[in-house]
Amino acid sequence: MDVNQIRKDFPILKEKMNDRPLIYLDSGATTLKPNLVVEAENYYNTKKTSNVHRGVYQLSNEATELYEGARKKVKSLLNAKSELEIVFTKGATQALNLVAQSYGIHNVKAGDEIIVSELEHHSSFLPWQYIAKVTGATLKYIPLDKTGRITVENAKKVLTSKTKVVAINYVSNVMGYIAPIKEIAALAHEVGAIISVDAAQAVPHMKIDVQDLDCDFLAFSAHKMCGPTGTGVLYGKYELLNKMEPIEFGGEMIDIVGELESTWKDAPYRFEAGTPVISGAIGLGAAIDYLTAIGFDQIANHERELRNYAVEKLEALGGITIFNQDAETGIISFNIDGVHPHDAATIYDTEGICIRAGHHCAQPLMKWLCQPATLRASLYLYNTKEEVDIFIEATQKGKEFFSGVFF
Amino acid sequence: MSFSNLEQLYRQVIMDHYKNPRNKGLLETEGYHQVHLKNPTCGDDVVVQVKIEEGRIEDIRHEGTGCSICCSSASVMSQTLIDKTVIEAADIAKNFYEIVQGNEFDEELDMGDAPVYQGVAKFPARVKCATISWKAAEQAINELK
Repeated sequence: MDVNQIRKDFPILKEKMNDRPLIYLDSGATTLKPNLVVEAENYYNTKKTSNVHRGVYQLSNEATELYEGARKKVKSLLNAKSELEIVFTKGATQALNLVAQSYGIHNVKAGDEIIVSELEHHSSFLPWQYIAKVTGATLKYIPLDKTGRITVENAKKVLTSKTKVVAINYVSNVMGYIAPIKEIAALAHEVGAIISVDAAQAVPHMKIDVQDLDCDFLAFSAHKMCGPTGTGVLYGKYELLNKMEPIEFGGEMIDIVGELESTWKDAPYRFEAGTPVISGAIGLGAAIDYLTAIGFDQIANHERELRNYAVEKLEALGGITIFNQDAETGIISFNIDGVHPHDAATIYDTEGICIRAGHHCAQPLMKWLCQPATLRASLYLYNTKEEVDIFIEATQKGKEFFSGVFF
Repeated sequence: MSFSNLEQLYRQVIMDHYKNPRNKGLLETEGYHQVHLKNPTCGDDVVVQVKIEEGRIEDIRHEGTGCSICCSSASVMSQTLIDKTVIEAADIAKNFYEIVQGNEFDEELDMGDAPVYQGVAKFPARVKCATISWKAAEQAINELK
């Protein structure tokens, strides 16, 4: 994998921030977009513009083929059984809410139990906190181990015959840990529960096989994997998806419409009311082609190598608390001791470095870590060792600045 | 943008107020009105207590967690507004909001250390940090009116 070659695909990497070369260490929030993705969107917008599934004319057929072609690419990416198991949404958040609002509302009753964890992004557990509230079900948390991980042993402690849903992340957006989804899915199925997986931080960074995981639902966003914003995916086992009620009603999701009763198309189309983000799906398809050609194993190795390099250097600086020492993916969560993360982020900003500071949409985890906020550097295929070196220098400057060397 | 701009932002005065905040710590004493404001995006969390006697701010206390800009600004706010009339305080707060956005302000006004926050204008993401305690004080004063 030739990083310098890859960097040429991302025009933004030639830009500057605060007069410094841009160093983008916030791919956990959203990734940069390669030319090829932008071109795929432009191709639809300039050459193939028309609505999908509607037109009788050739242009519409071609647009539909591009859109449905993207669905097939997602199917292959996840190793789903059929492309009919792939619902396009506006992002992982909408996908996870769809599971809660459709499957959850109709299958969870008072007295049932829903299992989440403190490691969740708000979009993973809030939809279920709401379902628990309106149905009278109980929301239970898998206790995290002392490093903040979800473990099979701890999942066993909370799973009971009352469990109806397990809603957890595959890779934590703060800690970068990979959760044992396959094992927990098997345990959930043993007690008759389904498992819904927030894979927003997983799909961009590693090979995913939904059949091997045997998860019931899995969600991710295009924009965290070199694709456009506004597009995401819900994978669902077809036998579940096709029994679920739609939550949005309108054009293109209907079968027969009557004055008092109507029927819906089969999944996935019943969940795609209205004109979808056509260019977004096509852009996602291009991003999948792009990442697949480079290779997910190569990407994962590159991230891990860079991460280890960065962690080693951070530790050598001293005065840095790293919250996820041994994470398997390219996320480093840390604080500079005695420096509020927002002060630190401003220092990085002046050095041209984009880094996330805050609660990362994971307030329960911040509470667990006993931190009001943390810093997060998240690495991807286009980051380099040289960038990590500059990041380390900036960290050193931040330490000195706030320890009063300048005053 | 260079490191010197940053030093501009974190002028010695700001660091001094950050490390040695004035009027910090809430009081249980009667006569104080309290407002609690939070910025959920960054976790800044500030409580401000105001005591007013006959249209004059007799005391301001503050407590909370946040970055250097947020915490120091609460200290500067309390020092600046104590002993001012309610009308003067409103005017000072209004001018402070102009300062942090890089706009013109009334330089004749007695604003204590508040003008050092001019540097914040170069960091738009930090404007809310600088103003949260001022907004809390403003709200407390208005609620007492």
